[in-house]
Amino acid sequence: MNFKKFLMLTILTVFTMTGITATHSPKPVEGFSQQVIQHGAVGEDVIELQARLQYLGFYNGKIDGVFGWGTYWALRNFQYEFGLDIDGLAGATTKQKLVNASQYDKAFIREQLNAGNEFTYYGGTPKEQQVKRNTQNQGQNQAQQQQNQAQNEDTSPQPTAVNVPAGFSQNDIDLMANAVHGEARGEPHEGKVAVAAVILNRVESPTFPNTVSGVIFEPRAFTAVADGQIWLTPDDSARRAVLDALNGWDPTGEALYYFNPDTATSGWIWTRPQIKKIGKHIFCM
Amino acid sequence: MFRWIVIVLLAIGVIGTGVWGYQEHQEKNAILVQAENNYQRSFHDLTYHIDLLHDKLGTTLAMNTKEQLSPQLIEIWRLTSEAQTDVGQLPLALLPFNKTEEFLANIGDFTYRTAVRDLENEPLTDKEVETLESLYEKSGDIEKELRKVQHMVLEENLRWMDVQVALATNDQQADNTIVDGFETVEETVKGYTEGNFGPSLTGTSKENHDYQFINGKEITEQQALEKVRELFDIDENTDITITKTGEGAKVPTYSGSYHTDDKSGYIDISTKGGHPLSLMVNREVSEPKISLFEGMEKANDYLSKLDFKNMEMFESSQYDNVGVYNFVYTEDDIRIYPDSVQVKVALDNGEILGLSSRDYFRNHQERNISEPTLTEEEAKDKVNPNVEIQEQSLAVVEDDLGEEVLAYRFLGTLGQDTYQIFIDANKGIEVQVEKLKVAENKYE
Repeated sequence: MNFKKFLMLTILTVFTMTGITATHSPKPVEGFSQQVIQHGAVGEDVIELQARLQYLGFYNGKIDGVFGWGTYWALRNFQYEFGLDIDGLAGATTKQKLVNASQYDKAFIREQLNAGNEFTYYGGTPKEQQVKRNTQNQGQNQAQQQQNQAQNEDTSPQPTAVNVPAGFSQNDIDLMANAVHGEARGEPHEGKVAVAAVILNRVESPTFPNTVSGVIFEPRAFTAVADGQIWLTPDDSARRAVLDALNGWDPTGEALYYFNPDTATSGWIWTRPQIKKIGKHIFCM
Repeated sequence: MFRWIVIVLLAIGVIGTGVWGYQEHQEKNAILVQAENNYQRSFHDLTYHIDLLHDKLGTTLAMNTKEQLSPQLIEIWRLTSEAQTDVGQLPLALLPFNKTEEFLANIGDFTYRTAVRDLENEPLTDKEVETLESLYEKSGDIEKELRKVQHMVLEENLRWMDVQVALATNDQQADNTIVDGFETVEETVKGYTEGNFGPSLTGTSKENHDYQFINGKEITEQQALEKVRELFDIDENTDITITKTGEGAKVPTYSGSYHTDDKSGYIDISTKGGHPLSLMVNREVSEPKISLFEGMEKANDYLSKLDFKNMEMFESSQYDNVGVYNFVYTEDDIRIYPDSVQVKVALDNGEILGLSSRDYFRNHQERNISEPTLTEEEAKDKVNPNVEIQEQSLAVVEDDLGEEVLAYRFLGTLGQDTYQIFIDANKGIEVQVEKLKVAENKYE
């Protein structure tokens, strides 16, 4: 019986997780916005930047809306060729030069990004030849596309990729968010970051498994894993807490253990040198 | 007639329930067995790996040439890692088994250190051979004890599920052969770990650097409160809770926190000097109104306001509506990577949402950076010729063993990927080769 419940929960979780997609609200912009675009940025300006750089043949990567290293080198090469300061920043002058030298067919790019097509955008080649249609769920996408177009001709193209902290994947983040939600639901933000930080400290520690999943699934290490609460759907706050921890925040002061003093059943845990209490949990070495 | 129909229906119901119940029972058993099998696999893997480890340690003692020794040491290093993974899979979390895990980690560190070294120029010292010998001996003892447990498990058909139950009920009197066996293993190791690796091995841990730059007078709780209020930039109307860390803290801190309806904050400042080590502000952040670039300027201003000098941003990333910036300390244009500080900025109004400076305070120190013996060109020759180098500079980085080394940093591309390569500026070896992160596609 328990197993079935668990299975249902798992299925539910998977469904809801796949249901989560980016929900940036569209904002109409003519050409580039005013901002200086730098490495690490995400958004429509980056899509335009990548498209224009590709149009001129500097950028060979995917147009995905995330300013990564490929975009950085392309931009620097462009700045070099056009006699600009080579700083890898897309400021006013650089953007003006780009706009003058290239074209940006927003409707075309949006259509391809929305449809999930593989495509390139080199100048001088007919656009239609540069698209490899995503055949897997075309029907669905076309319907969606038509709906999109009918709704608003002016929607911005959305990035198709996201930044992730070095060495971790979105799956790692989701898994950790699940664990944090199961363990620290109802705790303040710092309490959630603290739990995530303990997981990461354990990965670093020589006395624990060396992977995130190894640490989380270590039998009897986390009660939420043992009683299935890890498969509850995490809310956004758990995810944000995990991102903070992955980006270097550790409110625990390098703790390896924590416990709830009201419910702890093990006497051994009380013998660990304690560091501090955050929310309901005591953190210790 | 009607009665018969009822009887038949009830009979079908009873039989149906029975069949269903039986199936459930079967399913439950199947799961139990599966879980048990997982434990068994890990346990037997562990004993196997320890066996192998022992044998390999033995053979290294008979080896002399670098060509053989290095791969062998690497192999041992790999085995310790495997064995550690196996331990992690067993339900021993509440059983004191740390000494054994530490022992494995130490073997790993020791073999890795010696394996990556050029054994041609620096052969094993007598002391190191001695260490190897004692490791060999000790791993033999562990092997013996583990084999005993293994034998009992097989002979008496012991189940790991029972261990789990025994540990879960936390019955101190629980007479469980496996638990007893592992406690014996732990006892075996205990007598050994203290001080046998010599000072050479304690220098490997990253936590070695000891917050030497945290200076100043001890501050009182009242002073801490004022400092926290100033750092959070909130007035007297908001209550702040201040607590002090316990004996387990590596660096004693005051922690301050506040919670209002739409915002909360948490901060750690050192009791010595009141330096901020970590600051977090949590609130809903709406659509970005400022760019990642403007956010960086805010972060820059913030750091100079807090008196962090000569900081240079080396990495910025936008996550939804916040920007996260990584800064490093620079000295004569040399980036000191261990002294890093992270700042988080809300891109809706430019407010600072976070600061993490533990790494900075742990590692920052007065450094005497000497001139490199290799020129940039010489170092460049050491880089894989397929990598197209785009940028180069001098930097101080930590090597695999946590020691700081002066290195040339090369940023280069190979195909679509960008690599960061650090070449030791004195010895010319590759300190670190890293493929830089790329954005990950969304799953739609």
